[in-house]
Formats: sequence, structure tokens, C-alpha cells
Amino acid sequence: MLELRNVTRTVAGVDHISDVSLTLQHGSLNVLLGPTLSGKTSLMRLMAGLDAPSSGSVWFDGVDVTGVPVQKRNIAMVYQQFINYPAMTVYENIASPLRVSGVNQATIDSEVRRAASLLKLTPYLDRTPLSLSGGQQQRTALARAIVKNAGLVLLDEPLANLDYKLREELRAELPKLFAETGAIFVYATTEPHEALLLGGNTATLSEGRITQFGPTIDVFRKPDDLLTAMTFADPPLNTIVLRKSGAHFLLDGGVNLPVPAEMAHAEDEVYTIGFHPHHLAPHRKTPAAVPISAKVSITEITGSESFVHLDFADARWVMLAHGIRVFEPDETLEVFIDPRHIMVFDASGRSVAGPQRMAA
Amino acid sequence: MARIDLNHIRHAYMPHPKSDADYALKEVHHTFEDGGAYALLGPSGCGKTTLLNIISGLLHASHGELLFDGKDVTRLSTQERNIAQVFQFPVIYDTMTVYDNLAFPLRNRGVAEADVDRKVRETLEMIGLADWAKRRARGLTADQKQKISLGRGLVRSDVNAILFDEPLTVIDPHMKWVLRSQLKQLHRRFGYTMVYVTHDQTEALTFAERVVVMYDGEIVQIGTPAELFERPKHTFVGYFIGSPGMNVMPVEIDGRNARLGGQVIALPGAPKAGAEGSIELGIRPEYVRLGIEGMPVSISKVEDIGRHKVVRASLEGREIAAILGEDESIPADPKITFDPVGINIYANSWRVETGG
Repeated sequence: MLELRNVTRTVAGVDHISDVSLTLQHGSLNVLLGPTLSGKTSLMRLMAGLDAPSSGSVWFDGVDVTGVPVQKRNIAMVYQQFINYPAMTVYENIASPLRVSGVNQATIDSEVRRAASLLKLTPYLDRTPLSLSGGQQQRTALARAIVKNAGLVLLDEPLANLDYKLREELRAELPKLFAETGAIFVYATTEPHEALLLGGNTATLSEGRITQFGPTIDVFRKPDDLLTAMTFADPPLNTIVLRKSGAHFLLDGGVNLPVPAEMAHAEDEVYTIGFHPHHLAPHRKTPAAVPISAKVSITEITGSESFVHLDFADARWVMLAHGIRVFEPDETLEVFIDPRHIMVFDASGRSVAGPQRMAA
Repeated sequence: MARIDLNHIRHAYMPHPKSDADYALKEVHHTFEDGGAYALLGPSGCGKTTLLNIISGLLHASHGELLFDGKDVTRLSTQERNIAQVFQFPVIYDTMTVYDNLAFPLRNRGVAEADVDRKVRETLEMIGLADWAKRRARGLTADQKQKISLGRGLVRSDVNAILFDEPLTVIDPHMKWVLRSQLKQLHRRFGYTMVYVTHDQTEALTFAERVVVMYDGEIVQIGTPAELFERPKHTFVGYFIGSPGMNVMPVEIDGRNARLGGQVIALPGAPKAGAEGSIELGIRPEYVRLGIEGMPVSISKVEDIGRHKVVRASLEGREIAAILGEDESIPADPKITFDPVGINIYANSWRVETGG
């Protein structure tokens, strides 16, 4: 397994990575999720040994590898930009890590053909990378990472430069491709939706810190703090700051939102309420749902869903409704939220009540 | 702003094209209405950027003509066409202030300084950068820089159209939501003619009133987001739009029923004449219902993606995807039915009408 113990990296007095501790198991897929500059690439470079930590240590299978350069470790990396040897054929590109390690010709051939077939590159083995599409070029880089049989595979936004549909296809294949190798996979992305589709584990990053790490769907459903909840939401998390008064949160206009049972004894003070756009509905879905009046700003329609942008007090919310919903801008709309779907965070951003699963 | 007519436009990058295959753009004959918001959507290599570059004048089409408000602009340069463009990467002057970046295209055209000031202030208000006017562009975030690129297009009141080439690619997901809704509001308020190229279906569908879906140098369908979702004209549109795309399976037609292996599926109506050749039934995962009655399936995988689940199953030996609500569970002995509203029939990949 790969262990980061209290790893910090400071560049010119600025912390790029602050006190990160993380343990990743063999055969696991781990997503690093966060916006641009949150530290995903910096963290991967520390894992690989491309950079050394300013403090803390990196361990691989019980061996301290802090400061051991990447060349001396068995690591494969795939980047957002398609990196291949332009003068070599696809075959030679895939074979290159095996040639370097002096594997015999028969093994090279069978390994290259196996990887090429997995990544649907067999018809292109004699071509050079630049004569291929972007998707095929990235498949070549991925095939090279596979034959390397590395213990640690780092994928830094590998699908970001590909077409939407190609991305969908490769994203479904990637976990399968790598699962059987037993390697530790780390996958960086800015997109919450991509993390959910990949599954596995997710670490949410913000300003060089890991805010939470756990099974992807758990981090999404039960964030420990507001920062994690906001990082792991697309469309963005709807939030509103409200004052608790006994058994209710008070909303403007005399509407009451019941306080979740688990925080019945919490102090009467100001809390941030968060909920996902798909939990806001244009009609009452459950008897417990509470109506809220909000003003329509704009509606985006995708054909299967409608994203209704709403103004409530000084908050901007998005409601994700099924089907085609046409609302006029500035129209006042009654929308509904079931209190069981809300997350409550205290003034420091810590979660004090999470959403509850509903029975089918 | 202007109405844009594309009259039998064809384009080949090679000097002496012989067959259709030599054309990057096969034949486009279409009108972009004045004040319309259009998206050109398709995979890379489909010809969408070629088409955009022909409209902007970066590229001159090998055949056909281009009209702005009825005036032939086919031979005119980009500058003479009076077009504003926003590219994937913000094009701005890093050393200038935000204000001067917007003033630049006006001063270049010799606009009086009083008018420059009025237009720049108006535009800064529109793009929400009024408080940043005096800041140098260098230190701004990617989305702010992209807003400046947009502002430089909006600042000139005389432009014929605003063209966007993948403008949100380098923007973080959260900021995309903000920029998209602002763009939509700007379009609503000021009625610009906008053409927006993207490979991202969400961007295309949410931005545009009408989406032009392109494949292999041709337009396969032009429609509203609802039309593209509910009635894809071609199985490619069904596949390309939607996530996962439409399920497509070969069937045999028998009056108002379709046969799939041993199963009989009731159709909304009998397919009209022309339903010959390779016949397929298309149904989006959103219209596949999972329950205790219907056609037996075996489930291979359930992807929980938060707001819903994607169920991957096998029906009569074929893979099929279904979408299940967040709180819905999977029955022990799962069966599926198709909501007739979501059924489309295809002959040789093109949709055929069904009658009563």
C-alpha cells in the first residue's frame, strides 16, 4: 500500500500541500477531486517521487520511499496531454517500457498485443501516434501504462482533452482495465460527476488539504463538512444560512423547516443548510416536504431535465427537475424540499446533521 | 445583429476533391435566424469547427455562398464581416487593465472617447466586472479572463454575430454553471445572434434554442433540446445525446408490435411505410421501467451516481441501460417495460413515423 504521512510541500513560502495523510490499498481506485489549483497534481507528483515533501514521509509497501526519485520506482503516469513518442509506431510506444527493462521479445510481443486488444488499438499498431485521433493517442498512452505493470498508476485528468462520448466510453473501461492488475490507481479530476461514475474511493481537495477521504458515494452523501459538500456537488450545492429556534429553522415569510432529530439538542444559533439541486422539486413529492417561494432567474433545458436557476433571499439555487419545465424569468415559484434531504453545518463548517435515506 | 444564410456550403481541405469523402463539410444549406442562439454539436472531426470558421471568415468555403442579412460576404475577410469571437483560451492583453481590454477594439476603430467610456461601462456591468475595471488582466482567474473575451465581443454594438468555439473548456465545473446562466441572460436581454461550437451535450442543450447535431461532415438533425431527446431523427443523435445514450436494438415489426427475440413490445402506433431494411427500436434509459412485470432481464451492474442510478442489464442477450431514481430499489426478480412515449422506430438508422 501507499502511505502519505503528514506530507507538506512548501514552494517559495507557500504551502502547495498541507499536512496530508492518506493510505491507499492495492487494487483500489482512488479519485482526487477538486477545482484547478486545489493540489491534485502537486499531490500526485509527491506520490510519484517527482517532488520531495518539505516535511512528512511517503511509504510504499512498508518501505520509506521519501526522496526516492521516480526512475527508481515502478510508477506509470498518464497526463491530460497525450504524451507518446511521435517517431515510433503505436506498437513501439506500447513496448517501450518493456524494452527499457530488458524483457525478452516473445513476452514483449504478447504483452503489447494484449494491451492493444484491451484498448482497441490492434488495427493501429503500425501507425504513428500523430496520425491517430485524440482518443486513440490517449489509448496508446494508457496501453503503455498497462504493460509497465506498475505498482502505482497515476492518471492526471486523463480524459479532459477528449470528446464527451469518448470520455464516457473510456471512463467505463478504465476501472475494469486496471482492476485486475492489483496496482494502486489514483485519478485526478475537477468533475464531481466523473468521480461518481468512477466509483471507488474519493479524496476531496481544497487549497492543498484533503477535506475527506472514503468510499466515493459515502463522501458524496455524507460529507463531514461544508467545504467537502461544496467541492463534491455538480450542479453546485444549494446553501442558505438560517437561525435555529427550538425545533425549527426560521425562513423568511413565516416558513418553518423542521430541525433534524439528530440535532434536537443543538444550540440555537446560526447554521448553514445545504441540499442538492435534485432534492428541490416543483411539486410536493412527499407529505413532509416544505414549500419555499423563490424567484426564477433562468431555466436551462437539456431535453431530459430542466435546470431552474432560482433566487431565494440573497442565495442563488439550482433546481433540477425531470422532463421539460418552462418557467418565465422573474416568476415566483413554490418549490419543495423534504427536510430529510438537508445537511446542516455549524459556524465552523462541520456537519451536525446529514441527509437520511428514504425508504423506497 | 444579422441573419446568416449558408447556401449550399461545402468545404474540402485538399485542392482537388473528387468524392464526398474528400469533403470535411459535405453540404450545409441552412439559415441562422437573427437573434437566435444556436449550438453546433458533434464529435471531433464532424466538421463543426470548419463550419464556424467559414462563418467567421477564418476559412473560405470551397463551394457555396454565405449571406449576412442578404448581403454576400463569401469573399470578405473576418474583419470586414464584423464578427465577435470567443475562443477556448481567453484572448486578452495581460498588461492592460480590464477597462482598456474592452476599450481596445473601439479605440482601434476610432470611436470617440466619450462613446468608448459609455460602451465599456455598460459592458462591464453586463459581464459583472464593473468592480474590476482598473485591475490588470494578468492576475485574474480563468473565468474572469473568459468574461473579458466575451466583453470584447459585446462592446461593439455593430457586430453581426458572436461566435463561440468551446468557450468553457478551461473553466472549472462550478464556474461553468455561473457563466452559462449569465450567457443565457445576456442573450435574453439583448437578442444577439449567437453560434456556439461544443462537443459537450450539456453545454449545447442548455445554451441553445436550437441545436445543430453534426456527424461526418453533415448535419444529421436540427432541433430543440426536447426534439433531440424525445425524437432523435437518426440513431447517432440518440447515441450522442443523453448519458448513457439511447438503447438501440434490432427488432421485427408486426403491425403495432415489435418482436425482440421471444419478447413482444407494444408500439405507440404502427410504423408508416418505409420501415424496410434494417429495423431497430430505440428507447432512452429514462423510459425503461424496472419492476416486477414485463420482460425478464439479468442485471450486470448498478452505477450509483448520486441523483440517480444507472442499471446495466441484459435483455434477450443484448445490453440495455435503465435509469432508476435515487430512492428506488431493484426487485429480486427484475423485469422491464418500455414506456411507449419513449419508443422510436428506425429503418436503416433513420427514424420512421408511427401512425395511429
